[in-house]
Amino acid sequence: MIGVEPVASPHAPLARRNPVAKLAAALVFSIILVATLDPVAPAIAIATELALLPLFGIRYRLLARRALPLLAGGAGIVVTLVLFAADRSGRVLLDAGPVLVTEGVLVTALGLVLRMFAVALPGVIVFATTDPTDLADALIQNAKAPARFAIGALAAFRLVPLLGQEWQMLSMARRARGVDAGRNPVAKLRLFVSTAFALLVGAIRRGTRLAVAMDARGFDAGTPRTVARRQHFGTADWLLLAGATVLAGGALAVSVALGTFRPLLG
Amino acid sequence: MSAVRLRGFGWRHAGRRRWAVRGVDLAVEAGERVLLLGPSGAGKSTLLGALAGLLPLDSGEREGSVEIDGLDPRTARERVGVVFQDPESQLVMARCGDDVAFGLENRGVPTEAIWPRVDTALRRVGFPYHRDRPTAALSGGEQQRLALAGALALRPSLLLLDEPTANLDPAGADLVRRAVTDALDADTTLILVEHRIADALPLVDRVVVLEPGGGVRADGPPEAVFAAHGDALDADGVWVPGRTTPPRHATTPAGQVLLAADRLGLPPRLAPTDLAVRAGEALAVLGPNGAGKSTLALLLGGLLRPGTGRVSATAALAGKAARTPPHRWPAPALARRIGSVFQDPEHQFVTGTVFEELALGPRRTGQPEPTVRATVDALLERLRLASLAAANPYTLSGGEARRLSVATALATAPRLLICDEPTFGQDRRTWRELVDLFADLRDDGHGVVTVTHDADFVAALADRTVNLRRP
Repeated sequence: MIGVEPVASPHAPLARRNPVAKLAAALVFSIILVATLDPVAPAIAIATELALLPLFGIRYRLLARRALPLLAGGAGIVVTLVLFAADRSGRVLLDAGPVLVTEGVLVTALGLVLRMFAVALPGVIVFATTDPTDLADALIQNAKAPARFAIGALAAFRLVPLLGQEWQMLSMARRARGVDAGRNPVAKLRLFVSTAFALLVGAIRRGTRLAVAMDARGFDAGTPRTVARRQHFGTADWLLLAGATVLAGGALAVSVALGTFRPLLG
Repeated sequence: MSAVRLRGFGWRHAGRRRWAVRGVDLAVEAGERVLLLGPSGAGKSTLLGALAGLLPLDSGEREGSVEIDGLDPRTARERVGVVFQDPESQLVMARCGDDVAFGLENRGVPTEAIWPRVDTALRRVGFPYHRDRPTAALSGGEQQRLALAGALALRPSLLLLDEPTANLDPAGADLVRRAVTDALDADTTLILVEHRIADALPLVDRVVVLEPGGGVRADGPPEAVFAAHGDALDADGVWVPGRTTPPRHATTPAGQVLLAADRLGLPPRLAPTDLAVRAGEALAVLGPNGAGKSTLALLLGGLLRPGTGRVSATAALAGKAARTPPHRWPAPALARRIGSVFQDPEHQFVTGTVFEELALGPRRTGQPEPTVRATVDALLERLRLASLAAANPYTLSGGEARRLSVATALATAPRLLICDEPTFGQDRRTWRELVDLFADLRDDGHGVVTVTHDADFVAALADRTVNLRRP
């Protein structure tokens, strides 16, 4: 699981930026990089992201831990391409029966892995430096998101950790009833589905109770809402957005200049 | 200052044949403190929902009228504050102060005015922490105090409390009751639903008893109501103060050891504990919240792997299988030897009808179908569930669900029964039945372990107690 609580020092200059600005900057950065298939632009982007990390107040070791699922995904891409890639051009590096590793395969795999990292890291950085409550506040105040949606999602989000405990409880309760799957994979799947269904039913009930409790405190009143915590979107936030655009554009420009640029479309 | 008027009020939830509440005539004047009573299923919570304006017109059918200060409750929302039973599903925000501010934001209170009102509300309920404290770090009692602060911050003139202490241990319940006592203005009207009447009485000056079939059975000062209707209420399962039940302790000494815990622990939830569970003995495990009582129940029940020490079954409980620890037994073998009853009955339901639910265990342990039928029929009879055999377990009332969850554990005839808070939120009738059922099992030579906060239950049943401390 990718961790969701903020882990960064909240006083770092870029971590303090408005959550909507950070989110928008990450989106701009990612979208620009999706446009190319070459390994050069993402490599430059990753270098930039890592160089900026201290400004977000994140330590490298923490980021590595957060990005662990990405590493696993990267390894998966390499293995899949080595086994199944259609394009086996280039010098042969390893020929072991059905496994034929060529330069072409490795370059394609490397490009894909780098793109995945370059596109995903900004998101990891944003969520590592942003308190969910601040994000919901900023979405309402600066991005004009409907409060019903943003606060509702925030409240639901708060219940997520409970699901893990609930799952454990349901599994133990089933075992106590004499229900287990033993070594039978079909029974395992059935048990999983039935436990998941019970979890879903419980989550819906809890969600309904929460919704009633929220309405009891006037969430559905329809009077214009005020805000307890003000979020500001200032010059520094615009600069962050502009900086992200320039840096991502720069990475693309270098790739074009080197002649490695391979557009996603066309 | 809000006055409540109900005239012939009734409500039927959409899709139900029975009226949840019907024919209620009631006038509550501003500043009155009312305890709303009635047996399970008399419609107390539905009535509170109607007063809170939380019954949407399309969710059921209404009869008669309900008014707050002459207004429909849906338009009088701003005058009403509500605290519900479950702390976890009524806190909205991640930080305590933000949660209290949530209602103020919804009401459009200007930003500058919000934080002083938050601080005042937190102070009134005696909240001991800074407003940046995460709501997840609070105990159940503290969470309910916070929910109360969230309601009081809106300065309601009518406060509705729907069993606000039912899910709490005695210390937590006491915290909440003291907060209510201290925080209420003299002119706030209070309507309270509560099972444990003795604890609620200091808060109220009037008792209203709903009749399950419809209407109001009794209404007046507590002493007068209990003097006139105490016996009938007691028979209906209402916890009338001052009534005791004869205890049922073992008449013969405890038998063989069934299960032994040796330095058994699970850091950080449970400190190493030594314990022996015997046949023919009712053992009660006590201790404050956070001492690991539920964890101990799960470990003894063979549902969790011990972190330290071990659980060992004796040959008397498990025969040859006693060589392996219970947490490694296959589930059907476990269910034949140790029955576990969870705090929340709904966690344990896996089928679509009460009958199937009871038949599941015997079938899993390989009983032939005629034996399964006989076992199920006997249990349905013994636990007053026969008329509900075809009902969906999720639609049962709290008392019925509890009886069913105990019955499912008994269906595989285990020698040892382990129950986590079996009497939580139960009316007196179910409570009495549980005492008798467990006592009968014990007298038949079963081992019974209950993890509980319920001092009355311990006094009525337990032959021995074990006290856990926080690790």
